[in-house]
Order: sequence, then structure tokens, then C-alpha cells
Amino acid sequence: MTDLVYLIPLFPLIGFLINGLGWRTIPKSIGGIIGSLAVLASFAVSLGIFFEVRSGVSKTVTLFDFIETGSLHIPLAFQVDSLSALFLLIITGIGFLIHVYSTSYMHDDEGMVKYFAYLNLFVFSMLLLVLGANYLVMFIGWEGVGLCSYLLIGFWFKNRDYTNAAKKAFVMNRIGDLGFLVGMLLILYHFGTLTYSDFFGQLQNGNAPVSNSTYNWIAICLFIGAMGKSAQIPLYTWLPDAMAGPTPVSALIHAATMVTAGIYMIARSNALYNLAPAALHLVAWIGCATALLAATIAIKQYDIKKVLAYSTVSQLGFMFMALGMGAYTTAVFHVMTHAFFKALLFLGSGSVIHAMGGEQDIRKMGGLGKHMKITQITFLIGCLAIAGIPGFSGFFSKDEILGSTFAGNKAIYVLGLIGAMMTAFYMFRLYTLTFTGTFRGTHEQEHHLHESPAAITIPLIILAILSVVGGYVGLPAVISEHHMLGSFLSSSVTNLGLHEMEHSTEWMLLGISTVVAIVFSIAGFAANRKPSFAPNTGLSKVLENKWYVDELYDSIIVRPITAFSNILDRFVEKMAIDGLVNGIGKTVRWGGDRTRLLQTGQVGFYIFMMVIGMTVLFAISFFWIG
Amino acid sequence: MLTLLIFVPLIAGIFSFLVKGNGAKGLALASSLATLALSAYVAFETGNGPLGFSMPWIPQLGTQFSLQADGMSAMLCLLTGIVMPVVIIANWNKEVERPWSFYGLMLLSQAGITGVFLAYDALLFYFFWELALIPVYFLCSRWGGERRIAVTFKFFVYTFLGSLMMLAGLIYLATLTPGADSYSWANITRAGASLSPENQSWLFWLIFIAFAIKMPIFPFHTWQPDTYEQSPTPVTIILSALMVKMGMFAVVRWLLPVVPSGVAFWTDTVIVLSVIGIVYASLLAIVQTDLKRLVAYSSIAHMGLMCAAAFAHSEVGMHGLMVQMFNHGINITGMWLIVSMVENRWGTRDMSKLGGMATSAPQMSIALLIIAFANIALPLTNGFIGEFMLFNGIFQGASAFSMTYMVVAGVGIILGAVYTLNMVQKTAFGNTVPMQVAKDMTLNESVAMALIVVLVIFLGVYPKPLLELTSGISGAILP
Repeated sequence: MTDLVYLIPLFPLIGFLINGLGWRTIPKSIGGIIGSLAVLASFAVSLGIFFEVRSGVSKTVTLFDFIETGSLHIPLAFQVDSLSALFLLIITGIGFLIHVYSTSYMHDDEGMVKYFAYLNLFVFSMLLLVLGANYLVMFIGWEGVGLCSYLLIGFWFKNRDYTNAAKKAFVMNRIGDLGFLVGMLLILYHFGTLTYSDFFGQLQNGNAPVSNSTYNWIAICLFIGAMGKSAQIPLYTWLPDAMAGPTPVSALIHAATMVTAGIYMIARSNALYNLAPAALHLVAWIGCATALLAATIAIKQYDIKKVLAYSTVSQLGFMFMALGMGAYTTAVFHVMTHAFFKALLFLGSGSVIHAMGGEQDIRKMGGLGKHMKITQITFLIGCLAIAGIPGFSGFFSKDEILGSTFAGNKAIYVLGLIGAMMTAFYMFRLYTLTFTGTFRGTHEQEHHLHESPAAITIPLIILAILSVVGGYVGLPAVISEHHMLGSFLSSSVTNLGLHEMEHSTEWMLLGISTVVAIVFSIAGFAANRKPSFAPNTGLSKVLENKWYVDELYDSIIVRPITAFSNILDRFVEKMAIDGLVNGIGKTVRWGGDRTRLLQTGQVGFYIFMMVIGMTVLFAISFFWIG
Repeated sequence: MLTLLIFVPLIAGIFSFLVKGNGAKGLALASSLATLALSAYVAFETGNGPLGFSMPWIPQLGTQFSLQADGMSAMLCLLTGIVMPVVIIANWNKEVERPWSFYGLMLLSQAGITGVFLAYDALLFYFFWELALIPVYFLCSRWGGERRIAVTFKFFVYTFLGSLMMLAGLIYLATLTPGADSYSWANITRAGASLSPENQSWLFWLIFIAFAIKMPIFPFHTWQPDTYEQSPTPVTIILSALMVKMGMFAVVRWLLPVVPSGVAFWTDTVIVLSVIGIVYASLLAIVQTDLKRLVAYSSIAHMGLMCAAAFAHSEVGMHGLMVQMFNHGINITGMWLIVSMVENRWGTRDMSKLGGMATSAPQMSIALLIIAFANIALPLTNGFIGEFMLFNGIFQGASAFSMTYMVVAGVGIILGAVYTLNMVQKTAFGNTVPMQVAKDMTLNESVAMALIVVLVIFLGVYPKPLLELTSGISGAILP
């Protein structure tokens, strides 16, 4: 089975080629079916691989030599082990549900076949990213998902704001990519390989002739790449803008899969990060700061998708906090549960937007629960999961993150707890404003309110079930000695020695988390039951305007660069350099006029004669001698 | 075989002047397809070792008619062989005035360019260098844009001054080894390497300026955006895809091995200039509104990266340079085809007046997207392999500042995304009404474009053939 691993990316690639080449002739429904089946086929193979990996298989499958030159030898090879197998399941499983959802959601769009082609291309790239057996293949997937993200954010390309958002996403990711590239070159320079097994093997032998600071630098460079892809400070502002894309895209790319690539990268490089304490420290603090900053912004957003987008940024921050503690499996656990409930929430918001006829402003919603029961209930389950109410999946993974920070860094633990409070609060604010109370939109909108068709509700139901039960693969140690996910991943991921906690401490932490989640969920509900939307002032206004970070970037980076470029163009290029050149030219001309040796405009003629002369000379000698 | 590669376009070019009417176009196509087949054969044959040809030419001057095709020459001849028919096919439906002399000059230029890549004798090299230049000079000044006369004059004086200095340098080197073959590559390199480091140091600039202008390297580049803008697009393609490679090629063949101590002495200077050029040209590209000028600056940035790697003295970098010379030629040809299709349809290259192409001409827009992403070296397009190897080469270079060079050059990949995506957004996206009415690609345009796109993706996914063709070069050049 593991030898067939190449089939997993191959199916979506074929789907992309069929839909991509036939985007004008293939009927919409057929295009949707082709796209969905391609991902389903990959899911089936991934399941097979998963069961084999569970029984302890781990191997590398090489397809062909990609770059082969002297000292550089980089094959296109796939790594099959527990970490990649888990991500394969998440990507193809949730990917398939979202494809099915899209067949209904995008049905009225004229570009539907093109959409499915892009979506399959995305799945292909994402699979390449997690399957790669070396950093270069990961990088290929990494850039590939960036391309698809660009194409799908700007899917409705007639709207200038949307294409601006697409461009912003790509460029910000490129800044991170430079870090990734430098990291790769450093690894190549010091270790002579990009293949995981070689590289990590050298690290574990401990006889690599490299200093500690080098480990830290490599780890930090890779992390810069992760900052871009996983939307961490300072490279996070593209993700909220990326909501310009169709909502299923936000669910798949900008919540469940692509944005977790940074977490995958660091978890994959665990052997490196275990040797790079300073880098881990940076990861933890960046994650913590991002988790808090994004959560504060989410509290004051009015666009249903923007709230979820900032929530995603914040949750990604939580994952980086765990990574920073060296608790890689914990971060991966949260990747998984987050993929379930955040995909659910985005798809739920899509169902709402669908019913509202494209309206995304929650100030104009309210009381939707009466009209769309399934959407309401599944959305509520998503909220309970992300808020960390006991029994739901988010509770287990978030508690594990907080537990790891408690053991590792108390300050981060406290800040993380504050982040968890805000999470519960803004999610129930969102739920309450959307689904309860009375409808605040127009009569016409109210008339149109309806539950979505089965292709939309069935994925919602499945994701809701996963959001409930998904946490039981990683029960806390006080409840169960056996952490299923932890032991599954242990063959490919080595956590930095987690401190064993007293059972009493652990019970205390669980208790605090539970109280916080319940209290702030209720607070979020209570505070928004009778909403009034007076214009925000003071801090609220700052939060509504996202701390003015976009404006800040614009005025300290974008505008200065443009202004500087203009100065270069007008003064340096046209006046200084070209002026000097023309000056020399004029001097020569002037001298030429004086001496009458050169006549302006005739130079070419002389040269031409010279070459003709040489040709003739050549021809004569050619025939004469030959 | 090698002589045929030069003589087919040379003779076809001369004959072309005698043909009246549009027959010249057919003749040019036939000739270019023949050279494509020949160059493919040569590339195939060099797998078994370099091909050579030599006969006496002007023994009194110490020069021979000596050609050699190793992997690098064969690769560049192949690039020439591919680009010429693509250019002719893409312009098949476009009427030019006096087609006989237009196509004749194009073919003469091709003969010169091929000669440059094959010459193994310094004087012969110089001869072809000028032979390539002069037809282009006439092409620009006759068929160019409004400001063509002034611009062409600048272009000509600029490049010609460089050539003269190079000639002086080569003559000086030849005088060191009197005899019937004092200009041969072996004698020139032996003469150069035996000079004292001080002498090599000034000789370096005497020779390098010509190549630096041709590539071009900051600050010798100002002729280029003007010339690209004012030339008719087929000529711009020859200039940017092929003639620019002459400069790069010449550095590898006629500079690095000729004055090794001079190169070692000036390495950091040249890399600094190249790296500045990358950032400088990228910044300028951001504020261009004319498509042609944007592509011109983009090309300067790419050449800067190649030049930096050429001087970094690393095996991977040198091999990457080979790969990238080919791929840059393919990509920029694709870029110009798009620009000329846009200009033919909407009569402007001003991006502020364009937009909405994705609605009216979706096929063209897909082609644009693919070429654009190849231009910013997205993996699985041909642009990536070379760029990755170049960065690797710069990073592993001999200089103490390699890391800094690499990171500053790396800023170019961010800025590259900015200006390239700006271009895509302004031409393809949006909702501009005047652009709604237009025909998508015609058959001949599709054929030319498809060839480019297939190469972009094939070599991006499976670069092995290209890597193998040029695998021996770095070992031969770096001591």
C-alpha cells in the first residue's frame, strides 16, 4: 500500500487536469463530481496508508531525481510515516466534505468548473507539502498552495478589492518564503542534504560540526516561513483579507489545511527545534502574542467571516504556543480538532451567507435559528468546541496546550488563559448575534431565509459529529493513561521532555479551563442578547479597526517603498545614470564633430562596412585556402 | 555540422534580400526550423563530448575559423533554435514593411548569435559579436517606435564602445603568443593566466565592460529599457532572450578562465553591483506603467542574479547559471509574446488603460498567469530550478559576504512577486469595458505560446535533460 502513495496526489492532479483543460466544455455538475471523486479516491488510499502506518510502517518512496548536480542531489520523494499519514487524512477527509459542499454552494457561479480545477490543484499541492521527504518537496507544495490560495482569493477577479487581497496574500507569504529559502540553504550548507532522514539523523548523532547558534538560526529562518503561511505576527494581515474568496475556500485553505502548514513544518522538524531553545522561545512568544492580538480584534468585528478569520489567526497562535513548549504532538492535536470545528464554523457561515443572499454583516442578521435549524445546531456545536466546553473536542486539545504552557512558562499560561476567555466570549457573541433574537435585515431577505440543501447540511452534520468526538483520541492523563494520538505520532515526533504534572495540578488546570470556558461563553451570550450598534469609540474603535495595523504597514512599508522607487526612477535612473551616459555620448559627439573623424549617424555605416570587409576577407580565405 | 548551424541562417538571410513579397517569411520559417533541427542534433551529440571544427582563416593575423560546441554552447544554440521559429510563427499574421529585409536581417543576426556561442577563436568571436549586433541596429532604427533613432543611436554607441574595448583587450592578449593561432581559446586563456595579477586586474575591466553592457549589469543598463521599448517586439525578443545571453555566455567563456586573478580580485565588486542591480531594477519595475519597460527591468533583475552567481565561484551556482540562461530565454520570450498580443489587440501597453483580459481573452490570460508565475520562479515552473541553484551558488560562494549577498538578492524574489502580480492584476483582472471586445489567441499565436508553456512546465517538473546537457560545464570552468 505504501508503494502506492504516489496515487494520493495523483488523483487530484488528474482532476485538476481534466477540469482545467475542459473548463469551457465540461458541464458544471460533472466538473463538481470529477473534483469530488478525485479527492475521495485520495482519501481512500490515505485510509489504507493510515492503517499500515499504525502497525508501524515508515518509509520513503522515491519517484525520480529532481535536481542532480555535483554535490546537490534532491529527489522527488515521499515520506510515509505517522505524521504525514495524519495530515493526509485531515486534508483528503475534510477536503472531500468541502468539495461536496462546494457542488451546491458554487452551483450558480459561471466559473464553477474552473473553481473545482483550482480546488483540486490546491489539494494536490497540499498533499505534496505534507508528503515530501525533503524540504524542497515541502517547498514545492508550500509555494503551490500559495498559488492556489492566490487564485481562489481572487476567484471573482472583476472585483479590485478581491484581487488586491489575493496579491497581498501572495506577497506576504513570499516574505516568509524568503526565510524558508534561507533556512533551506543553511541546512544544505552545513549538512549537505535536505532529506529529512539524513538531516535529522545527523542531528540525532550529535556529531554535526555545527554550533548551537546555527541550529537556532536555521530554526528561526524556517519559522519565518511558518509566520507567513500560518499568519503569525507580523505577517498575519493577509489572512483576514483572504476572506474575499468563496466561503468553502476559507474553510478548506484558510482554516483547516493550508494555514496549518507552518505547524506541520515545525512538528516535522522537531529534531531541529529540540536543539534550538532560543528559536522555541521565539515561537512560543510570537504564538502567544498572535493569539491575544487576534482575539481582541475578533471581539469587535461585524463581518461573520472576519470574526472567524481572526479566530483562526488566534487559534494558530495557540498551536505555536504549544510548539514553543516543545509539545509538538499537542499542537498537531489542536490542528486536527481545529480543522474539524473551524471548517464546520466556516461552512456554517457559508450556509448563513447563502441564506442571506450574500450578506455577511452580523448586525443585519439575528434570529436565523428559526429558519435554519441544522445550520444553527451544528454552528452551536462548533462554538462549544472552540470555546472549550468540556466534552467537546476543542476542550481536550486546548487544555493540553494550556497544560504544556503551565509546565513550561507560567506567564504564557496566564496570557493563554486570557486568550481562551476571549475566544469563548467572541464566539458566543457571534452565535448570539447571528442565530438568536429577532431578525434585523430587510423584509425581502427575511422572506428568502431557508435551510440549505443536503449537499451543504450533510457535511455540516459530519463535521459536527467530528467536532464532538474528535477530542477523545487525546484524553488527559488524569482520565486515561493512554493518549491515542500521542502514541500514534511518537514514531515520527519526539516531544521535548514534557514535565510530568501532579494529578492534583492537572485537575486544577482542567477545572480552571472549564470554569473560564463556561463563564465567558455565557458572558458572550448575555452581553449580546439585546444588541445595540452604536458607533464604537475609544478602545472599541481601535479594535474594530484592527489596531490600525494595516494602516501602519501601509505608511511605514508600502508607501515609502513606492515613493523611493519613484525617486529612483525619476532622479537616479533618468537623471543621474542616464544623464551621465548621455553626457559622455555628447562629449564624444562634440569631439567627433570637431575632428570630423566621426559624423553623427554615419557610425553604423562604417561599422557595417567593417563587418562586410571582414566577411569578404573571410570568404576569400575560405575559398582560397579551402 | 557546426558550420551549417551558422551558414543556414546566414545564407538564408542573404537570399531573403532577393525575395520580393511575403516569401521571405516562409524562407525565414524554413531556415529557422532547419536550424532548430540542427541544434537539437548538436545538443544530442554533445552528450558524447564536445564537437569541434577548425580550419585556417587568416593565418597572417593569427586567427583560425575554429568552432566548438560543448554543453553550454549546444544549450544556447538550442535556445536560439527554439526562439527563432517561435518568434516567426507568433508574428505570422502581422504585416511588416519590406519583409525581405526585415526577415533577412533577423536571420543574419541569428547567424551572428549562433557564431558567438560556437566561436573558439577570439577574433572570430569578436567578428560574430559584431555580426549579431549590426542587423539588430538596423532593425531597431527602421522598424522601431517613435523615438527609435535617438534610442538606437544610444544603444549602438553604448554597445559598440564596449566591443571596441573588448577587441583591444583581446588583441593585447593575442600579441603575447605570436603564431598562426594566437587567438585560439587555449592560447588566449594561457596568455591571460600568465599575466601578473596587476595586469589581469585592468584587463578584466577592458573585457568585462562589453559583457556588462550586454547583460546588462547595473549601472551599465540604461540603454536597455529604452531599446526594448522602442524596438519592434520580434527584435526585442532577440535582444532579451538571446543577445543578453551573449553577454552572460561571454563572461563564462571569455572572461572567467582568461583573467582568473583579475576575476578573483574584482569578484566582490561585481557581485555587489549585480545584487544592487537586482533590488534596484525590481524597485523600478514596481513603478513602471509601460508593459515593455516593466519586463525590461524585470529582466535586468534576473540577469543580476545570474551574474552574481557566475562570479560566486561555486559549482552549483555555475550549473544553475546554465539552466537559468535557457529558462530565462524561454520565459521572457513568453512574456514578450503576451505583451505583443496585448499591444496588437488594444493598441496600448499602458497598464493603467488595460484590464479585464480574463473576461475577453481567457486563454491569453491563462498563458499570462503561467508565464508570470514562471517569472517569479514558482516551483514546478522552469524558473524555479535555476533560481534555487543560483541562490545556492551565491550562498556557497567563496566570498566572506555570501550570506549577505544571498539575502539581499532574495529581496528580489519578494519584489518580483509585487511587480509581476501587479502586472497580472492590471492587465488580466478587473472590469475595464474597452478590453471586453477582443479576439482571443489566433491559431499561430496559440502554437507559439503552447510551445513556450509546454517547455515552462516540462522543464519545471522534470529538469533532468537540461541539467544533464550542461552538467560538465562547471567542472570545466572552475579550477
